[in-house]
Amino acid sequence: MSSLKMIEGYPEYMRKSIELVERTRPRRMREVYRRLSLEEREELLRKYHPDYKPGTKRPLRIGPNRGDEAPHELADLLEAHPLVKPIDVDLSKIDIDTDLLIIGGGGAGLVAALWANQEGLPPDRITIVTKLRLGDSNSVMSQGGVQAADRPPDSPVRHFLDVMGGGHFANKPELVKALTMDAPLMIKWLEELGLMFDKDEEGNMVEDWGGGTSIRRMHACKDYTGMEIVRVLRDEVRNREINVVEFTSAVELIKDDLGHVAGAVLVNMESEQYMVARAKATILATGGYGRLHIQGFPTTNHYGATADGLVLAYHVGARLTDIETAQYHPTGAAYPEQIVGLLITEKVRGLGAQVVNKHGEQFVFPLEPRDVEASAFIRECWERNNGVITPTGMRGVWLDSPMIEIIRGEGTIQRRLPAMYRMYKRFGIDMAKDPILVFPTLHYQNGGVAINDRGQTDIPGLFAAGEVEGGVHGKNRLMGNSILDYLVFGRRAGINAARYVKKANLGRLTLNHVDEYEKMLREAGIETDRKAPMILPDYRGKEVLARKIDIFK
Amino acid sequence: MEADKAEAKAAQLGEEEVQGKETVKIYIMGKEYRVPAGLTIMKAMEYAGYRFIRGSGCRAGFCGACATIYRLEGDYKLYTALACQTSVIDGMYLAQLPFVPANKAIYDVNKVRAEGNVLMVYYPEIARCVSCNTCTKACPQEIEVMDAIQAAVKGDIVSVAELTFECIQCGLCAVRCPAEIPQYHVFQLARRLYGKYILKPAKHVEERLKEIKSGKFNEEMEKLMRTSREELRKMYESLERVED
Repeated sequence: MSSLKMIEGYPEYMRKSIELVERTRPRRMREVYRRLSLEEREELLRKYHPDYKPGTKRPLRIGPNRGDEAPHELADLLEAHPLVKPIDVDLSKIDIDTDLLIIGGGGAGLVAALWANQEGLPPDRITIVTKLRLGDSNSVMSQGGVQAADRPPDSPVRHFLDVMGGGHFANKPELVKALTMDAPLMIKWLEELGLMFDKDEEGNMVEDWGGGTSIRRMHACKDYTGMEIVRVLRDEVRNREINVVEFTSAVELIKDDLGHVAGAVLVNMESEQYMVARAKATILATGGYGRLHIQGFPTTNHYGATADGLVLAYHVGARLTDIETAQYHPTGAAYPEQIVGLLITEKVRGLGAQVVNKHGEQFVFPLEPRDVEASAFIRECWERNNGVITPTGMRGVWLDSPMIEIIRGEGTIQRRLPAMYRMYKRFGIDMAKDPILVFPTLHYQNGGVAINDRGQTDIPGLFAAGEVEGGVHGKNRLMGNSILDYLVFGRRAGINAARYVKKANLGRLTLNHVDEYEKMLREAGIETDRKAPMILPDYRGKEVLARKIDIFK
Repeated sequence: MEADKAEAKAAQLGEEEVQGKETVKIYIMGKEYRVPAGLTIMKAMEYAGYRFIRGSGCRAGFCGACATIYRLEGDYKLYTALACQTSVIDGMYLAQLPFVPANKAIYDVNKVRAEGNVLMVYYPEIARCVSCNTCTKACPQEIEVMDAIQAAVKGDIVSVAELTFECIQCGLCAVRCPAEIPQYHVFQLARRLYGKYILKPAKHVEERLKEIKSGKFNEEMEKLMRTSREELRKMYESLERVED
């Protein structure tokens, strides 16, 4: 690698392709690539989308989704031994006794806590538990924006149709109705909390395009939208003095003898001591599964995105939905190596950057829904061999970011995409002058725990909000609907859990469902050493692990 | 072309497999390790055998969990970095700073007003700023931290908010500050006041909320609830893109 001659962040050989991108740019500025019909989209997906690749999934052998396909990496966790042995846990000693336990401290957890409080639950009767720091989540990393149909000629009805089309009409209509009808309310709520939305001088929202939307409705805070939302929500949770337990992971849900979910077994991440948390209602807000690296893909996701919520829910018998589809964000960084897989916001395309191959030619409309766009990239790189190959062997296509400066004026990138600009600058690339290389990266868990429009799962006492739940996005989520999802369903779960708490009476605590799960594994003939939930991925060097002696056990 | 020789691999999880043989020497909390050149500090520490519980969050420069202080061999200066966004340099002495015990004021955003000396009321310690600029030098986001604190002292909420928008609250400014100012908490208060009281509210959002409340979209929405997938497909396909 070190022998390559580098010119302003790129090896000399990649510069040759960049010259072609520059040469075709004046002509392309006038070209609009044709959008695909639904039939053409479907064919592209079938041939090139990773979800359709044979051998990457298997039918689950146990549980409420028995027979449904799941990616191997997720199936491995659902068909693993529960981490906790009931015999090791003393349920008679309650360490945390609370009304509402919220598992997860990202967007959904924060929103749920605030609305549960708004609904009348006192802050000291709400407990947020998170295995990392409060706010550490995918939510904090979302860049591009949040959708809301909040001005004519847009309407919730149009938003509804865009969501359904993006999700291949597999979405649950009542959830999409909630998502789109509540959206303007959530924007207003954030405004009142003091969010710094991008606005014009009159206070009108600046709204941009997103992939698969039929109108501009993307609200943003530059390209730090998620970071700005999470830091405001976190500040508000702290101002209201809601209980927060950090660096503590939920490893199993607890039920009562009436079949309600009644809290969770928690483990201190540092001391590894367990705690029993009893709660009248529990909200799963644990996020998604990017760190499972489905099919070996790199991911945009944060360190804790390990599907814990799906595992916990499945152990108590909650049904999952649409788990066979994963979202691969079309524009993950493909170069330089230090940032491979990290998110390049869709807003780069929303602001006018085209996608071009190594010859500098367009091959897809830049704002197709994400699954379609990603499939076109994969075809261009691996079927047509028109990708640029990096020094580490990755393939990618160009995102022609300098177009943004030409269309919208010099300085636009620094003003509207400061996070992207900064990240590339840190590694020696000026994306206002040079295009950047991208390839699909694992981004989002489209499906998850099945809920109704009040955020309830199939199991009484258990609610779910945010990426951990499924049904809202069908088989593919559109840009700007993940923030909206955790806002809308975080609020609904928080309010409805607070109402549920008022009527709930808990019976005797039990972990019998864990024994039953073990029995199911046995009866299905599943023999494995694996345990779940995973809690954190393990990236330690292989050479170290090969010579490791565990001196404390 | 060199690219033609490169092994075609779709995705890389273990960096060590694709890195060259070149290594650098780093010191993790004083202990020496050899790691492949070109890794980020975070990945280098993992390569060396560390499994993070603290100090690793988004791994993409947005969360501030991986604040790091380092020195270089032969240099007396202390530098700051985000471990996930900085490549290792030969001779780096590294220390992680996964938590900062800075004081955060508790306030009610609905009662506080964006006027006068509100920042000084909640954070009187900002008056202790000696304009040494250490905070600015420490900021991995290149924010003009000292200028923002000086604006806070003057009660200029607009400047504070605008100067600090890109703050990821890693806390490196606060630990380096000789006046013990929790800059990142001061900035959070200023930004919320700015967002709530100084930016104008969006009238179109207000209007839309009234329309929703009046039931304007209910009938159409209810109809959609009863529409078949096939019919929805047709409606979706005939939906005109609203161009600018």
